[in-house]
Amino acid sequence: MIDLIRKLVELYGPSGFEDQVRAFIQAEIAPYADEMRVDALGNLIALKKGDGTGKRVLVSAHTDEIGVMITHVTEKGFLRFTNIGGVFAANLLGGRVQFADGRQGVIYGDKFEDRSKLHPLNKYYIDVGATSKEDCPVRVGDAAGFYRPLLVMGDRLAAKSMDDRIGCVVGIEALKRLTASPHDVYFVFSVQEEVGLRGAAAAANGLHPDVSIALDVTGSGDTPECHPMAISLGQGTAIKVKDGGMIAHAGLVRLMRQRAEAANIPHQMEVLEGGTTDAYAMQVAGPGSISGCISIPCRYIHSASEMVDINDVEACIRLLGEILTHPIDL
Amino acid sequence: MDVKQLLQTLTETPGPSGQESPIAQAVTTAWTPYVDLLMTDALGNLIGLKKGDGEAPRPRILLAAHMDEIALLVTQVLAYPDENGYGFLKVTKVGGVDTRQTLGQQVLVHGQRELPGVIGCLPPHLLPENRRSKPIGFEDMVVDVGLPYVELKQLVGVGDFVSFRQPLRELHNGRVAGKSLDNRASVAAVTVCLDWLRGRKHSWDVIAVATTQEEIGLRGAFVAAGGQQPDLAIALDVTWAKGPLAQDGGLTFELGEGPTLGYGPNIHPGIYKGLQEAAAAIELKVTPEGQPTLSGTDAAALQIARAGIPTGLICIPQRYMHTMVETMALNDIERTGRLLAEFIARLDGDFLNQLNKSLMDG
Amino acid sequence: MNSLLQQLTEAVGISGEEKEIRRLIRDLIQEHVDEWRVDSLGNLIALKKGTGESDLQVMVDAHIDEVGLMVTDIDSDGTLRFAKVGGIDDRALLGKVVQVGPNKIIGVIGGRPVHLSTAEERDTVVKHRDMRIDIGAKKKDDAAAKINVGDRAAFVTQYEELGETALGKAFDNRAACAVLIELLRGDRYPFDLTAVFTVQEEVGLRGARVAGYAVQPDIALVLECTPAYDLPKKEDVSSNVMLGHGPAVYVMDSRTIQHPRFVAHIMQVAAAHNIPYQIRQPGGGGTNAGAIQPAHGGVPVASIAIPGRYPHTPNMIINLTDYANLLKLADTVLRSLQRNLFEPESIL
Repeated sequence: MIDLIRKLVELYGPSGFEDQVRAFIQAEIAPYADEMRVDALGNLIALKKGDGTGKRVLVSAHTDEIGVMITHVTEKGFLRFTNIGGVFAANLLGGRVQFADGRQGVIYGDKFEDRSKLHPLNKYYIDVGATSKEDCPVRVGDAAGFYRPLLVMGDRLAAKSMDDRIGCVVGIEALKRLTASPHDVYFVFSVQEEVGLRGAAAAANGLHPDVSIALDVTGSGDTPECHPMAISLGQGTAIKVKDGGMIAHAGLVRLMRQRAEAANIPHQMEVLEGGTTDAYAMQVAGPGSISGCISIPCRYIHSASEMVDINDVEACIRLLGEILTHPIDL
Repeated sequence: MDVKQLLQTLTETPGPSGQESPIAQAVTTAWTPYVDLLMTDALGNLIGLKKGDGEAPRPRILLAAHMDEIALLVTQVLAYPDENGYGFLKVTKVGGVDTRQTLGQQVLVHGQRELPGVIGCLPPHLLPENRRSKPIGFEDMVVDVGLPYVELKQLVGVGDFVSFRQPLRELHNGRVAGKSLDNRASVAAVTVCLDWLRGRKHSWDVIAVATTQEEIGLRGAFVAAGGQQPDLAIALDVTWAKGPLAQDGGLTFELGEGPTLGYGPNIHPGIYKGLQEAAAAIELKVTPEGQPTLSGTDAAALQIARAGIPTGLICIPQRYMHTMVETMALNDIERTGRLLAEFIARLDGDFLNQLNKSLMDG
Repeated sequence: MNSLLQQLTEAVGISGEEKEIRRLIRDLIQEHVDEWRVDSLGNLIALKKGTGESDLQVMVDAHIDEVGLMVTDIDSDGTLRFAKVGGIDDRALLGKVVQVGPNKIIGVIGGRPVHLSTAEERDTVVKHRDMRIDIGAKKKDDAAAKINVGDRAAFVTQYEELGETALGKAFDNRAACAVLIELLRGDRYPFDLTAVFTVQEEVGLRGARVAGYAVQPDIALVLECTPAYDLPKKEDVSSNVMLGHGPAVYVMDSRTIQHPRFVAHIMQVAAAHNIPYQIRQPGGGGTNAGAIQPAHGGVPVASIAIPGRYPHTPNMIINLTDYANLLKLADTVLRSLQRNLFEPESIL
């Protein structure tokens, strides 16, 4: 599974430019899905048919990552940029980005008058080794993702775009292991989550699921002087109760917890005070759906070193498997 | 119908946003005698259908009164001074809890069983210096149910809901005070309306919806309108009453002087006019309430569901909104239900045509 | 359910207007004492005669008043302005229910709604002068027919037990009143015991001052409720006392250095009888001991207290085992009193 994670997190895929990630997943899951299609927004939708006795279940993991988009190329060939999704200036300096063609660049900022203060984003720039506007290979409108190779530290893994490629891994693995289910399960590898849950909203509006489950990362409260949160890496899958955008369906939360307890899957209850996931969009799409989220605890979210614990990932896969192979009566 | 009795049941039943099943149960009991069909949807909206007398297919009016209430949610279970000591709960808010009034309130923790507790805080001299003269924030407060940590952690976990606890109190002049009158008062008004409609002919189908998750962003109403696809919708909510230190012209309204009728971009002018005509027909006093942008009520969600739904808004004045002593006049609630019933009874086959025509002509 | 605690905490008695609680306590003790009287401030003073074995005159004090509000004016819209009687944090007032005046008219405390406030106002404590009590009156005359300026208002809280702990208002100081009543209901002591149920503690220990003067005891024991700050906290600071760790013994507070030999004696008695106790953090606060100690030639005093969380709010929490242990400690200490304990040591 480490190999799958490595390939996925190192792929390029800022919101709106998820093609490479989608193509990879499409090839990876083709042998396991009964039907597959790509919708108008670029969501990859794979159906695993049930035995006809269950529900229509939508499982979503987003393929996109935060990134930047070039807004201006200077006379000397430096690139000014704006954010795609939640980019935090403190994570930028000295970092590296990767463009769709594999070209990389480094980020730096204008002179700091006061080193204790961050610049606004428009005072940072990317250097791709160009010497002038003319020889710069990058144009205004090009998008880039942050770049770092996967770092494996025993059970702990750090990389860019763990948010939410690790959710994709959970979805892919669950699909591969799903031999029989009462439910028609639509695995949606969604797009444009980081810019407003746009892919999942469209997918849910089209699919009209009875139940939707997002697979995404959540924060943790186990690092020095962080915001208090009762989630720790290595303590299991996180079952979402509430986040900044939504309150998960109480019955579905109860069911997830029962499944985890019955199968002895380590789990923790999650109350996230900021941020949200595809589950919010799916909850209010069309006539609404019963919506919840299986979260992978993650440190340093939206930095280029997002960190998860492989045992938590395994727990998420198992929990999703337990939910999908049992009846969902709510 | 004893409106005070109904309100007492409705306000004292817990129903935090996202955990509305107890209050949905209470509303089910209240509405069962009046409707032909009751059901819930994926968000927990309680939907009651009262069929009209007209010929099928009948036009449908949706009434939305949110039944959820602001509440708290457990984020941590802590021990002090260690695991052999007492247990305490740290919480976050569900909806717009006014932290200036939380200290010393009673709550009900919905763990393995219901545990009464209080909201406590260290005294100012033990708080960090920058917190001493501030309202207590969630970083300062604890929920204390008086149990040792070992016992507490068996009963309560992260993600358990905590509702406020305050019996309905009767004041003078037919006024009542309590928690979650925002918006159980409107649920009561819809019940009054359904009661009136038992004795009136109405050609339209009435879909009464006790909506969920209004306090965290109008979620229930949006989905209910999407699912029910009504031809017309009316949201009911509370508005600010004039009261001590709240006399703002245009923003606050007299308690006991009837409901307000919203107008503005969020509200279809034809429905506003229809409600005024209904009020005039029964000589019921109403006050116009301008909503210059979005109303902050379910009306904002209903209007843009599906291909758009003509939407109206009725609000009932309330003092001390989002505290545990929200204060209202019973006769405002009764009049709101009466007005709504009159409006519905007057709806005919031509109303919808006139409604959209009115945007161009006249 | 401890019915004594229930009756005492649900009764009203704001400093200076203690009639209801005073009458209740009189009813609860009169069959168990030999004499009782009420002095000019309203202190209830009861004598329980001894067996005659000892000629000590012992006084035990518990204040009966609680903090509350006083109606100071009626606005034209019929809402009531109020002042605080005793030390109440403004934060504990907004959004609470009160009972006003002798007829216990229910009112609620409100102010400007949060939605109509600026961001800055929302992050500011609402001052009590910016709150009103609302009894549902429509106009000034309407309110004036039911309320008099000067009426007191008290919180409204039903007593409840939550396992080993109890929730209610005014455990400060009705829990100590309950202990003193139980002492009076017990067996006679070797000496005459004068129980003083004192008024106006919350506005400056005023009742105890005159009671101490009038009774002229050889020794006085004060029963109190002391704040427990045993909540999770960021900084490593004292909890004052903790619930469940036994009665608190005062050594020194802002008013009084308690009689050192009396204090030592209490601790010895507690240890000898396996009664848990804790030392209250020396420093601020104070008890009626401060007003009793200077009477006449000086009175040896000590104070023992039940820890209580959230004093001076509508909802306090105490531990019922602490309550039982305070009763046991007070009784055991009293039965072990000897005259020689208080006679001045020879300075030669």
